[in-house]
Amino acid sequence: MYTVFRKELADYLESKRFAMLFILATMAAVFAVYLAVQNIRGAVSSSSEFVFLKIFTVSSETLPSFLFFVSIFIPIIGIAFGFDAINNERASGNLSRLLSQPIYRDSIINGKFLASLAVLSFIVVSVIAIVGGLGLRIIGVPPDSEEVLRLIAFALTSIIYGAFWVALAILFSVSFNRAASSMLAALALWMFFFFFVYMIAGAIADARVPIDSNSSFEMIAKNAEIQGMINRISPCNLYGESILALLTPEIASLNPALMMISVIAAGRMLTPLNFTQSLLLVWPQIVTMVALATICFAISYVRFIKQEIRAT
Amino acid sequence: MGQVVIETSDLSKTYDGFTAVDKLNLHIEEGEIFGFLGPNGAGKTTTMLMLLGLTAPSSGTVQICGHDPGREPLEVKRVVGYLPEKVGFYENLNARQNLEYTAELNNLPKREAFEKINNLLSTVGLSQVCDQEVKKLSRGMKQRLGIADIWIKDPKLVLLDEPTSGIDPEGIEDILTLTANMARKGITVVFCSHQLHQVQRICTRVGILNKGHLVAEGQIDRLGREAIAGGRYRIEIQVAQVNQKLVDALKLVEGVVDVQGSAETLLISCDKDLREQISKLIVESDNSLLGMKIEEYSLEAVYKEVLS
Repeated sequence: MYTVFRKELADYLESKRFAMLFILATMAAVFAVYLAVQNIRGAVSSSSEFVFLKIFTVSSETLPSFLFFVSIFIPIIGIAFGFDAINNERASGNLSRLLSQPIYRDSIINGKFLASLAVLSFIVVSVIAIVGGLGLRIIGVPPDSEEVLRLIAFALTSIIYGAFWVALAILFSVSFNRAASSMLAALALWMFFFFFVYMIAGAIADARVPIDSNSSFEMIAKNAEIQGMINRISPCNLYGESILALLTPEIASLNPALMMISVIAAGRMLTPLNFTQSLLLVWPQIVTMVALATICFAISYVRFIKQEIRAT
Repeated sequence: MGQVVIETSDLSKTYDGFTAVDKLNLHIEEGEIFGFLGPNGAGKTTTMLMLLGLTAPSSGTVQICGHDPGREPLEVKRVVGYLPEKVGFYENLNARQNLEYTAELNNLPKREAFEKINNLLSTVGLSQVCDQEVKKLSRGMKQRLGIADIWIKDPKLVLLDEPTSGIDPEGIEDILTLTANMARKGITVVFCSHQLHQVQRICTRVGILNKGHLVAEGQIDRLGREAIAGGRYRIEIQVAQVNQKLVDALKLVEGVVDVQGSAETLLISCDKDLREQISKLIVESDNSLLGMKIEEYSLEAVYKEVLS
C-alpha cells in the first residue's frame, strides 16, 4: 500500500491541478489577510480578546471571510483529488495491469485515498500557515496557546471535512466509468448541499411557521430552529457550524434560536467559552463528519473490491 | 513431460444468465506456447481473467502452479504476468518510471530492479526512448513495454491477450520473437489472438474456443487431420508416369485408404505417415518419383472448419 501511496502522492504533487489549486488557495489566503488588516480594527474594538483568531473570521460588508473561502475550497480540492482515482485507471488500461501485480486489491484504493488526503491536508495546513504567518507579521499580535489549539482544531476539522469529499469523489470514481460523469455528479451533490439545502430548509420552515415583520420573537425563533435542523442534513452546514464555533469563542450555542438571542444581546459583553467547551459544542458535528467520511469510503471500498474486471 | 502450469476443470462463467465460458478443461504444461483462438466474444479474455483471479468463476476450478487464484491471489499473481489487450501505462511517467513502479509493487530491491529494467529495456529495444513520456510512444512500443513490464517479475506463466493487434508488421515480428524467447527460457505462454498465421508460427498447441466451448484442442497438424481429412494423412506424389498398375499397387499398401489422381500427381489418403513405404514402392516399380509432399494444414483452414 505504501508503494501505491507514494506513487500517487508524487503524481498529485507534480500534477497541474495541484499547482492550480495551490495557487488559488494561496491567493485566497493572501486576500483573507488583506481583508483582515482592513477590517480588524472595527472588529477588535468590541472585544479585546482573541485578536489573532479574528484574522480568520472577519468579513467586511461586501466581502466574505476567510472561513467562507475555506468552506468552498475544501470540497473542490477534495473532489479534484478523488473524482478520477479509479475510473481513470480503468479507462487508461492501467487497472488490469495494476491488479495483476502481487498486491492486495484494497491497497490500491487505500493508497489512493491516503495520497489524496495527504495532498488536501498539505494545502489546508499551508493555507492556514500562510494566513497566520502573514497576519502575525502585519498586525503583530502573537497567538496565545488557546488560539493555537483552536487553529489546530480548525485544521483537523477541515481535514476531516476534506476526507468526506475525497471519499465521496472516490465513491463516484468507482461507480461511474467516465471521469467527467463522476466529477459532475460530485459537483452537483456539492451544489445541492451548499445552496439548495438552505433554500429548501428556508421554504419548509416558512411553510411550517410563516413569519413576517410583525411576527413574535417566538415564531421567528421557531422558524429559525426548523431551518437549522434541516440545514444539518448538509455536511457543508456541519462544517460551517464547527469552524465558526471553533474560531469564535463568543459563540456559546449552535441552536439557531439561541444564536439569535446572542445576536440581539450583542450589545452586552459575552463571556467567551474556553477551548474544551467550544470543542464539546461542535463535537456532534465533527463526529457526524467522521461518520459520513467513513461511510462513503466504506461503500467505495466494498464496491471496488467486489467489482469484477470484465472482458469488454 | 513438464510441470503442470494451468489446470482447469469444468471452468464456467455466467454473466447475468449469459454463459461466457462453459465447462472449460485446460491442461497446459511448462514451456508450452498455447495458442488460444476463437471469434470475438468467445470467452477468451474472460478465461484469462479467471486464470488470474481477477474474475471469479461461476463454477469449476482453476489451479495455477498448484495455487487457486481465488484463494491465494498473491501467490498466483507473483508468478503470472498478464498483458491485457489494451495495455495502458501512466502517460505522464516515462517508460523507465513505469517499470520501476511495477518493480516496486513486486517488492524488488531498488538496485536489482535498476539492472533488470536496463536489461529488459534493451531486450525489448526501448533503451533509446526510455526517458520519454509514455504518451509519446507508439502503439508497438507500448506493447513491447508491456512485455518488459510482465517480464519484471520473472513469471512462470504469461498471458498475452491480443498482443499483436493494431501493430505494424515489424512490431509484430518483434513481439513474436520476444514471445518465442520467453518460451525458450521455460516460461509458459498463453497466446490469445485472431492472427492465425502468427499463432501457427509460434504455438506448440492451440485451443479453439467458440461461444464458451472449447471446440478443438491439440497440435495444429493433428487438428488439421481431424478436422479436414477425417483424421487421415494425405500424401501427394508426383511420378513420371501414372498408370493403373501403380495405382493398384499403392492401394495394396497397408494403411492406404484411397488413391486418386490424374496425369502426373496422385493423392493418397492413409491412416498413418506412409511416405517411406510409398517411395520405396515407386522406386521398386521402375517409376521415377519426382516429388512427394505430406499435406500440411493451415490453421486458418482448421479454424474455419472447426467453427463452421
